[in-house]
Amino acid sequence: MKKKESTLVNMVVVLFAITLAAGLTLGFVNDLTLAPKARARLAKKLSALQHVLPPFDNDPVSGIIRIGTPTAKDSIELYPAFQEGSFAGAAVTGVSEKGYSGLIKIMVGFQPDGRINNIEVLEQKETPGLGTKMKGEAFLRQFRGKNPETFDMRAKKDGGAVDALAGATITTRAFAEAAQQAYDAFTEHKDTLAKPHN
Amino acid sequence: MAETLNQKQNFLKGILKENPVFVMLLGMCPTLGVTSSAFNGLGMGMATLFVLLMSNIVVSLIKAQVPAKVRIPAFIVIIASFVTVVEMVLEAYIPFLYEQLGIFIPLIVVNCLILGRAEAFASKNNLVSSIVDALGMGAGFVLALTALGATREILGNGSIFEFKFVPEDASTLILFILPPGAFIALAYLAIFFNRLTRNMA
Repeated sequence: MKKKESTLVNMVVVLFAITLAAGLTLGFVNDLTLAPKARARLAKKLSALQHVLPPFDNDPVSGIIRIGTPTAKDSIELYPAFQEGSFAGAAVTGVSEKGYSGLIKIMVGFQPDGRINNIEVLEQKETPGLGTKMKGEAFLRQFRGKNPETFDMRAKKDGGAVDALAGATITTRAFAEAAQQAYDAFTEHKDTLAKPHN
Repeated sequence: MAETLNQKQNFLKGILKENPVFVMLLGMCPTLGVTSSAFNGLGMGMATLFVLLMSNIVVSLIKAQVPAKVRIPAFIVIIASFVTVVEMVLEAYIPFLYEQLGIFIPLIVVNCLILGRAEAFASKNNLVSSIVDALGMGAGFVLALTALGATREILGNGSIFEFKFVPEDASTLILFILPPGAFIALAYLAIFFNRLTRNMA
């Protein structure tokens, strides 16, 4: 295969043509995937909401309240849920940056009286097989139906009531912090959330 | 007839004699980084296969127009574009896999397997041979990553393709999910693979 000779002009022209074609292609694909990307993010949020909340028939995303947090850069999001017009509970996100590998973000679903309906882990980078077990049934089961007002969400060795994950005490602490943050936000904003927003 | 036989050899070399992972030890970053489960290995393999195929096709088509001195930058731009396309498409349509692979998707750009095939094969061969070469090399990469991912998942998590065959609280060899386990598993798989293919040849 004979190589094409390199002159300044043809080098500039060829690289320009290639980068132009690449730029146009990427712009086109970006436009094409913009809507599906937003849909995928929304679908993920909705599936988490359905998982943690009691049955509801409104659109919790439209009633969202965002508040800043002192500890994390992320804001706390509160999603109110209604069933046949009456307040059915709320899903609240909580974050902690004290995980073994940084940020842990969870979503806690509360019933109107403050009891925990269910919890879902949204983001985490914990050690596979140790910290990641916080997503497991055996760990999350401890929180369901408990009211954080009377149920201390800290690990037993910190004076709480939760069995820490074996080999992942730091993860358990971060999880407790995130859950507590969610509960505090819920109690503080409960009255606003319970008001029908339409 | 001789032509089709050649293409068959061209395809098989990527899987056996010149397997990119087990024989040539190319693309070690994604190989060691993402293979904590069989599914991740398969997903990364398929993404790389796609980029390799597209870059081989384009490089083979434009090889006569590219001046020799700027061929590497030209190849890199082509590869990076396809990687970005893959990233956007995965985020839009397979968000689960996109989250699992994370930073390793953009890093496909620097997978030396892809630039290596563009420079050593596609820029010297015709379109059909380049496609077959990409498919063979890509298949070799997919098989190797899936095998490594499966090995690590079985030993480290007691499951295969997320299907668990041990109780939830059973203690598994977590070492194999962690980074050092990747090196150990890769080494033993490479020994095993080379033993096997040497006897075949």
